[in-house]
Amino acid sequence: MKRSTIDLWVGLFVAIGIAAVTFLSLKVANLTPQSGSDTYTLTADFDNIGGLKVKAPVKSSGVVVGRVTKIELDTKRYVARATLTLDKQYQFSRDTSAEILTAGLLGEQYIGLVQGGDPDNLASGDSISLTSSALVLEQLIGKFMTSFAEKGSQDAPAKTE
Amino acid sequence: MSSDSFIELKNVSFAYGDRPILQDISLTIPRGKLVAIMGGSGSGKTTLLRLISGQVLAQKGQVLVDGQDVGRMSSRDLYQHRRRMGMLFQFGALFTDLSVFDNVAFPIREHTRLPESMIRDLVLMKLNAVGLRGTEALMPAELSGGMARRIALARAIALDPQIMLYDEPFTGLDPISLGTIALLIKKLNDALGTSAVMVTHDVHKSLEIVDHVYFVAGGKIAAEGTPDEVRHSSSPWVQQFVQGEADGPVHFAYPATQGLAEAFGIKGETA
Amino acid sequence: MNALLNPIRRLGALSINAIWRLGFISRFFVAILLNSGQSLLRFRLTIREVYFAGVLSLIIIIVSGLFVGMVLGLQGYNTLARFGSADALGALVALSLLRELGPVLAALLFASRSGSAMTAEIGLMKATEQLEAMSVMAVNPIARVVAPRFWAGVISMPILAALFNVMGILGGYLVGVEMIGLDAGTFWSQMQNNVDLHYDVVNGLIKSLFFGMAVTLVAVFEGYDATPTAAGVSSATTRTVVTSALVILALDFVLTAFMF
Ligand SMILES: Nc1ncnc2c1ncn2[C@@H]1O[C@H](COP(=O)(O)OP(=O)(O)O)[C@@H](O)[C@H]1O
Ligand SMILES: [Mg+2]
Repeated sequence: MKRSTIDLWVGLFVAIGIAAVTFLSLKVANLTPQSGSDTYTLTADFDNIGGLKVKAPVKSSGVVVGRVTKIELDTKRYVARATLTLDKQYQFSRDTSAEILTAGLLGEQYIGLVQGGDPDNLASGDSISLTSSALVLEQLIGKFMTSFAEKGSQDAPAKTE
Repeated sequence: MSSDSFIELKNVSFAYGDRPILQDISLTIPRGKLVAIMGGSGSGKTTLLRLISGQVLAQKGQVLVDGQDVGRMSSRDLYQHRRRMGMLFQFGALFTDLSVFDNVAFPIREHTRLPESMIRDLVLMKLNAVGLRGTEALMPAELSGGMARRIALARAIALDPQIMLYDEPFTGLDPISLGTIALLIKKLNDALGTSAVMVTHDVHKSLEIVDHVYFVAGGKIAAEGTPDEVRHSSSPWVQQFVQGEADGPVHFAYPATQGLAEAFGIKGETA
Repeated sequence: MNALLNPIRRLGALSINAIWRLGFISRFFVAILLNSGQSLLRFRLTIREVYFAGVLSLIIIIVSGLFVGMVLGLQGYNTLARFGSADALGALVALSLLRELGPVLAALLFASRSGSAMTAEIGLMKATEQLEAMSVMAVNPIARVVAPRFWAGVISMPILAALFNVMGILGGYLVGVEMIGLDAGTFWSQMQNNVDLHYDVVNGLIKSLFFGMAVTLVAVFEGYDATPTAAGVSSATTRTVVTSALVILALDFVLTAFMF
């Protein structure tokens, strides 16, 4: 008698465990397109990827359509090559452009795709040719500072002399 | 005495680390007989039983059980050896997380594939043999010392062993429980025909039931004989034991390396 | 000179002792694996121990998980709100729990609730000669007593960690959405956008599997190795909790370095 109550409790315990894992996979994690039959890959070359990381989302009009699955350096042209894995249901035209964007001011970086007008779609393995690199904050500030300094140095002599 | 010996120790020496416990001991337990080993606390009686059960191995000499040397057994042989052996531990050693029934059923369940109904019959039979039918639902914590010892006895005989080892079966029992256990041990030995070794320091009760007695002192056999011989022995060792005198050839004090006076830091003549 | 040498000598003795124990525990681990047949064939034995190790830990895991999640929600909101990104609260709560806090805290709780109980139980069985009685009955105590407890711990730990995570996320939800009033949709979608099934959920569970093995191994070893006296068992129990905690944190560092 005592044994079967233990069995009941342990059964319940395992059921709770399965329920918890199911909850974590379905409600907490996003079941993103996994590499499989219902995905395809594209590559895109960037001069600078900034803080883009593997697993970063690929979005079009703000909708997540895939993930960055690989980032490597092309040692012939010295550009960064990102491999994107996209959901098959989202097809893009051949003249689609890709740019690295930042969510919010300090948020994570992601790739934004903007659909072009070409009637032909990109096929798996194709490369996106129209790309624009990440805005790197330090460079931005650097540019701003130099232009500010140049402006200052133009004004400065007038003041002192 | 050497007629058909079942368990035989030949010139056995044993030490825990570098502390010698038994030195050059030889003794014989004939088939179907009940033999007592007596001696003071710490004289190595439990160690003797552990040599026979193969829990410790002799450093010198042989421990023969039915012609086989326990010290030379492979782990498989040792397993076989232990299956035909029952041991009653000093404090029972019942499994505290199992009920009385499951305790007695434990060796049966572990070593046989009997159906549950048959296990039930066997367990009740063994409990009946120790006079404790009706306690099967109790947990060990709910038993008195004497009852626990008897349940442990029922567990030890669950698989009808050929060898029984009893480690101080009388210690800490009231006179009535003591008498019950003694009677049980005698009855079991006669009924099952087991060869049994009983370690004890209760002289009077044991002399009533055993066939032969060995006295262990200082790591050696100090004396031996049948109960009648022991009662009428002139040996001072034996007399001290039988009469229960505090001092005599067997010393009460542990052999200290330092004198008492030295230990207390008193200079001068030693006591 | 002696005053200088003695601490060094003691340190040497301590480290030799530690290495000796490490070797012993490895041999013990191998013995458990070799003697695991029974706990799998007679799964009843293991189920019984899952009850004691896992089911009886449910309450402490549920309550602690809920509170940890609520604290995370509150603290996370206060910090994120300063940077105007309170929307990311769901992601913050879920990621902290799944990757680190869930597995680690659940394992620490498990060590002090179930690990210490296992040590005490096995240690007492040793002190009262039950283990010896078993081996005299030709039953291997490692197969009959130790292995089922070990596997029960390995099975229970990921389940408890997953439950801890779920309770923590619910706690964060309660504070963030029900109490502070963030948008429920944003809370969940931020979480889903940032939590990856393989990277975060599965890796967290793998972590807890390792923690389960480590904690239970320490617990059964300390029990089996305990000095068979009341004082010996009590200090073995303390050692289980302390050693487990250290092992969990060290292992967490190693696993994190490998996984993330
Ligand atoms: N495992 C052990 N390790 C070291 N010494 C032991 C061990 N077991 C017993 N001893 C010592 O061996 C001696 C004999 O023990 P034991 O055989 O238990 O004596 P007895 O059963 O006659 O009282 C005792 O002095 C005891 O301290
Ligand atoms: Mg003894």
